[in-house]
Amino acid sequence: MIVPLFAVLALLTVAASLVVVLHTNPVYSALGLVATLFLLAVFFVALDAHMVAALQIIVYAGAIVVLFLFVIMLLNLQVEARAMAPAPLVVVAAAGGLLLGGLVLAAVLREPELPTAAVGPGYGGTEALAERLFTAYTLPFELTSVLLLVAIVGAVVLGKKRMP
Amino acid sequence: MGIEVAIAAAKAGFILFLALQVMGLGVFFERKVSAVIQDRIGANRASILGFAGLGLVNTLVADPIKFLLKEDIRPAGADRLLHTLAPVLSVLPALAAFAVMPFGDVLELEGRTINLQAAALNVGILYVLAMASLGVYGVVLAGWASNSRWSLLGGIRGSAQMISYEIAMGLALIGVVLTYDTLDLQEMARRQGELVWGWLPAWGVLYQPLAFVVFLVAGIAESKRIPFDLPESESELVSGYFTEYSGAKHLMFMMADFVEVVLVAALAATLFFGGWQVPWLGREGFAFPWGGQVPLPSIAVAALQVTAFMVKVILLTFFQIVVRWTLPRFRYDQLMRLGWKGLLPLALANVVLTAAVLLVTGSAP
Amino acid sequence: MLELAPLGWYLALSAVLFAIGVVGVLVRRNLIVIFMSVELMLNAVNLTFVALARSMGSTDGQVIVFFVMAVAAAEAAVGLAIMLQLYRGRETINADEVTTLRW
Repeated sequence: MIVPLFAVLALLTVAASLVVVLHTNPVYSALGLVATLFLLAVFFVALDAHMVAALQIIVYAGAIVVLFLFVIMLLNLQVEARAMAPAPLVVVAAAGGLLLGGLVLAAVLREPELPTAAVGPGYGGTEALAERLFTAYTLPFELTSVLLLVAIVGAVVLGKKRMP
Repeated sequence: MGIEVAIAAAKAGFILFLALQVMGLGVFFERKVSAVIQDRIGANRASILGFAGLGLVNTLVADPIKFLLKEDIRPAGADRLLHTLAPVLSVLPALAAFAVMPFGDVLELEGRTINLQAAALNVGILYVLAMASLGVYGVVLAGWASNSRWSLLGGIRGSAQMISYEIAMGLALIGVVLTYDTLDLQEMARRQGELVWGWLPAWGVLYQPLAFVVFLVAGIAESKRIPFDLPESESELVSGYFTEYSGAKHLMFMMADFVEVVLVAALAATLFFGGWQVPWLGREGFAFPWGGQVPLPSIAVAALQVTAFMVKVILLTFFQIVVRWTLPRFRYDQLMRLGWKGLLPLALANVVLTAAVLLVTGSAP
Repeated sequence: MLELAPLGWYLALSAVLFAIGVVGVLVRRNLIVIFMSVELMLNAVNLTFVALARSMGSTDGQVIVFFVMAVAAAEAAVGLAIMLQLYRGRETINADEVTTLRW
């Protein structure tokens, strides 16, 4: 019962990501991305990473993709005539993707049984994450806040209309 | 194994049942309370075999039947899948957020201690915030897929409003999380049973009054109720983002509106008013601070707690409905200014203040 | 909690998602969809980090996922603002039509 559940969820995730990449309507691509992110959050919960799963939905699916949808709506993007590259490039890209995916799959599936460490009850919760974040990773944390400030200022400056 | 699944299903069914019942009651209150406030009688004509029930039959039987039997209109040029998906994406996250609402302490049945909460997540509050952020998609898609300019304007306004007030709501919740030292809603409800100065239950509204005000205002703005209902303002945008919806889909949007009202009420009750806590009621019965004790069986305690929870939720729903029919509407720029320049700094100040007080006094209640 | 499958299968899923993202970046012409494919790649990497963190029992992998999310948010904000400016200048965001910098 457990492994078929993984198979179903994995198939849904791959299908959603194919919608992102292959659908000609950008709004559907964005919705496919939401579905992919939501299903990935489900996988995060299965891997005991509760806090990261909640953050995935709040930040990624609930804010970033909404931003994408806003821009698509603002620019009124419709289905395009030339949505994909010319056919030779598609074939080469598909072959490349299959090669890349196939290589990594071969490397990974040779030994799928990774060691599963025993974890305590607080693993993946807020306290564990915060303890790591504010002790060993304090510098990246502060730098990330500066990065977000830069991004806010940059987005506001770039998004403004030029005054005539 | 099977009994565990049955218990979980029963809990989930119960909390959903509770939520939908209070939602129905909210719809009825809306008609009748608005009538009382506006000095009229309200809808009371529809009756079954002469029983009109003060308008209950009209609101809860006739209205839904009317909505369900109306023709389902889809505007030309509207994207069929997205047009149908939008009301679903509005209702589902609002209902799913009830999974972490605690509606009682524990129920001791045949040696088994059942935690009265459908999903005991240790990041409960984050889950509620996640479901709130997923609710934006219903508005965005409804506005976009209707292929009409009023809908698009309403959709853009609505989603901008929702993501702005999510931030204020989240920050207000941080104050409560700091005070009770946990993200799990059931733990928070339990901690609010502890007594301060020997007799006062440590309810959230005592420790975090500012957070309560910010949360309530942000919650009313999240659910796009008056005074923050510019996305669906009837006098300006026809119906805003659900202009082009009729019949069952319109009913779903209205249902989403009321479910969110009940959700805000349930959250405020759990975080700030003790949730299912009855003052001085513990797991074994009443334990009054002046010494009296009334031992009660576990079923009676659980029933009292569920009743207390429902009473609090109904009172807070009633409050939101009264606010709706009393206050005028905010203009859109006033609304955004309130969210970003008013509630956000207030919530931040509350977090800093709470952290400072906790540092000085040493710990939580 | 609930372990759905041997941890190697999570890595396999992540590999497939990453490959799909790469194909998306190469094949699509709409700049926003290219951007979404990049987000897909970032999420595949997030899944790898979380799976390996679970395998080693360490929380450091999840902290890295936290940072990846923050950086992706910053990148999305600035990138979409750039696309808005591009659209205002050229009325298009098709990658085949913004080729002024090409040789």
